[in-house]
Amino acid sequence: MTVSKNGISSQTSDRHTLSVLVSYNLNALSRIIGIFSGKGFHIDSISFGSEKESDLARITITTHGDEQIIEQITKQLHKIIDVVTVTDLTYERFVERELALIKVTATRSSRSEIMQIAQVFRAKVIDISPGKLSIEVTGNRDKINAFIGMLDPFGIDEISRTGSVALKREFEGSV
Amino acid sequence: MAQPKTEPAEHKNKNQATNTPDTAVLNGAEILINTLKDVNVDTIFGYPGGAVLPIYDSLFDEHDINHVLIRHEQAGAHAADGYARATGKAGVVLVTSGPGGTNTVTGIATAAMDSIPMVVFTGQVPTDMIGNDAFQEADIVGITRPITKHNYLVKDVSNLEQVIREAFHVATSGRPGPVLVDLPKDMIKSEAHYSGLKKVSIPSYKPTREGHSTQVSKAAQMLSNAKKPLIYAGGGVILGEAWEELTAMAERLNIPVTTTLMGLGGFPESKPQSLGMLGMHGTYYANMATTECDVLLAAGARFDDRVTGRLDGFSPHSKKIHIDIDPSNIGKNVPVEVPIVGDVKNVLSAIDQQASKPDTTDWWNTIEDWKKNHPLKVPKSEGLIKPQRMIERISEVTNGEAIVVTDVGQHQMWAAQHYTFNHPRSFLSSGGLGTMGYGFPAAMGAAFGCPDRPIVCITGDGGFQMTAYELATAVEYEVPVKIAIMNNECLGMVRQWQELFYNKRYSHSILKKGNPDFVKLAESYGAVGYRASNDEEMDDILEKAMKINDRPVVMDFRVEARENCYPMVPSGAALNEMVEGPE
Ligand SMILES: Cc1ncc(C[n+]2csc(CCOP(=O)(O)OP(=O)(O)O)c2C)c(N)n1
Repeated sequence: MTVSKNGISSQTSDRHTLSVLVSYNLNALSRIIGIFSGKGFHIDSISFGSEKESDLARITITTHGDEQIIEQITKQLHKIIDVVTVTDLTYERFVERELALIKVTATRSSRSEIMQIAQVFRAKVIDISPGKLSIEVTGNRDKINAFIGMLDPFGIDEISRTGSVALKREFEGSV
Repeated sequence: MAQPKTEPAEHKNKNQATNTPDTAVLNGAEILINTLKDVNVDTIFGYPGGAVLPIYDSLFDEHDINHVLIRHEQAGAHAADGYARATGKAGVVLVTSGPGGTNTVTGIATAAMDSIPMVVFTGQVPTDMIGNDAFQEADIVGITRPITKHNYLVKDVSNLEQVIREAFHVATSGRPGPVLVDLPKDMIKSEAHYSGLKKVSIPSYKPTREGHSTQVSKAAQMLSNAKKPLIYAGGGVILGEAWEELTAMAERLNIPVTTTLMGLGGFPESKPQSLGMLGMHGTYYANMATTECDVLLAAGARFDDRVTGRLDGFSPHSKKIHIDIDPSNIGKNVPVEVPIVGDVKNVLSAIDQQASKPDTTDWWNTIEDWKKNHPLKVPKSEGLIKPQRMIERISEVTNGEAIVVTDVGQHQMWAAQHYTFNHPRSFLSSGGLGTMGYGFPAAMGAAFGCPDRPIVCITGDGGFQMTAYELATAVEYEVPVKIAIMNNECLGMVRQWQELFYNKRYSHSILKKGNPDFVKLAESYGAVGYRASNDEEMDDILEKAMKINDRPVVMDFRVEARENCYPMVPSGAALNEMVEGPE
């Protein structure tokens, strides 16, 4: 699997990113989740948001399983009447981003070190108080995991992460 | 008559504006009824209640649609299901909100598992009360999401007509299935334009109908070169109306055919190529042929566990071709060499056009030996009726021409084994969900769809009691269904498993003490009741029953309770490890 920098996915062999275009309604989302819970498939993350046309939504699902399971997931999703297309991006070049908000304990002595780390990860401090920093970071899952790993020793209070959102890449070089 | 109330002004404009269809302003209930007529619905099975009263009010003057008042909504859904299986048209159900909807759940799930086209209309509390725990509110769209092919909550009356048309399109096309439309009370009371637009197009829903040509050629090639080919035909052959193509191909290429429970009737059992049913209670020769074949063509079948037995022992030497309209069925349980997504009817005839007759002389010799040495057995009665004989007798009396509807249990398997099915849409049974209580209401539904065919419901004393109250409906509408109760005074199939696998500990499976007098039960509803305890009485009451045309007939057949259903593949065993009879 391709491992490249800056948010172009790094994949382990059984992790898959599915991009599902659906009619914009909650019944569609519920049916999709129902397929996963009813048939015992895994959802590692899921995100739902509108597409270019307002009556369509794009759902990005990251999941894992062997070839046969992923094939079944894809087929089962396709069976849902509201689903327009299902693309397994894993077989394509694609860009993927996740957003995380992390609240970390920052004493007077550790604050500047944390801010330096944030700079390396191109993360942004978005809230500050005498004892805490809240930081926003975007990137692929590995980058976010790495950032969280770096902050962990300082004492993380809370984390809020979106699921992955992904799009197929058009440009063949690296970004 | 609830005729469209066409506004005179609009009538005048009829031929002027090309883009504006001839529309009329109607309320939701009238739009519903008009659209139902437009999609050729002639019968609906329903039960009224507050939320759907505006619809019932419109039905009061309606003569083109036959509304059948069932006595319980579960039975309404089963009746619609039986109607659909017997006719090929979508069955239609109309019930009220809350308990009306939840009572249909078993019937919807039954239809979903067997891919039966059905449209269920449920009443709902008015839109502004949804979510408030209003009286008789239930989230029926949420409840039925996993057991419907698709469902809708109508939130804007101007979408109602479109939604209804889509519902019928989705229910009957591709892999068929139940669709639910939830109708808030304000939606059926408020008004909108009714356009009579016939076209339905759902951009995200386009089932594949033609098989891929390369795959078709591969399949034809494989069959032509096979030494030991076998066709394994499922319910898809019946749903996809592919029985003629299947029969033509099997006869021309002289390939044996085994059907699943759902496929019974999809290939005439009187033809020499028929091996009957395969699977847990399948014939010896069908199961052996499945195990030994070198090319297995699965047509509209889904490799259900009741069919395959232990998966790693299922047809281990064969290359497999799988035709199915639903791509998610292919490769789900068993890997296949040649997957073909498409309409069974189209694909079978395409394969038939390209395949040449394989040399199957040796294969047929082997099969004939199996057939001769391991036939299905009908034991001789010693007093009480033998269940196998009861089925055989019903088959003889009806000449194999009846629509046979079963419940679930031993009688179901014996009916599948011993009735000779020669026509499609003649064996209706809950194969997927295995719903007890299905038989009698489904038989009634079939009778509404096919009033000219004899209809026999073969049921157990357990199963019949789950929906026996529908005798009231059958009497009211003069439905001449023949109900043959295989009365063994126990939950026979449960008893069989307890005898074989639980050391004869018959825990809660004996019904003897609480059973009603079925003859009196029938009579109290105004139906005819008969009882037979030996072969002679059996012949006598069957003959009498077949002559009754204006009422249901309940026949209480007292059968040998200790009889077990064989052959049997114990669960977890492979098909060729079947047990042929008691030690
Ligand atoms: C609604 C429902 N509950 C329970 C079962 C489990 N079950 C399968 S067969 C059977 C016994 C059926 O007994 P009966 O209707 O008397 O028929 P028989 O097997 O004796 O022919 C039971 C309880 C079922 N299939 N459906």
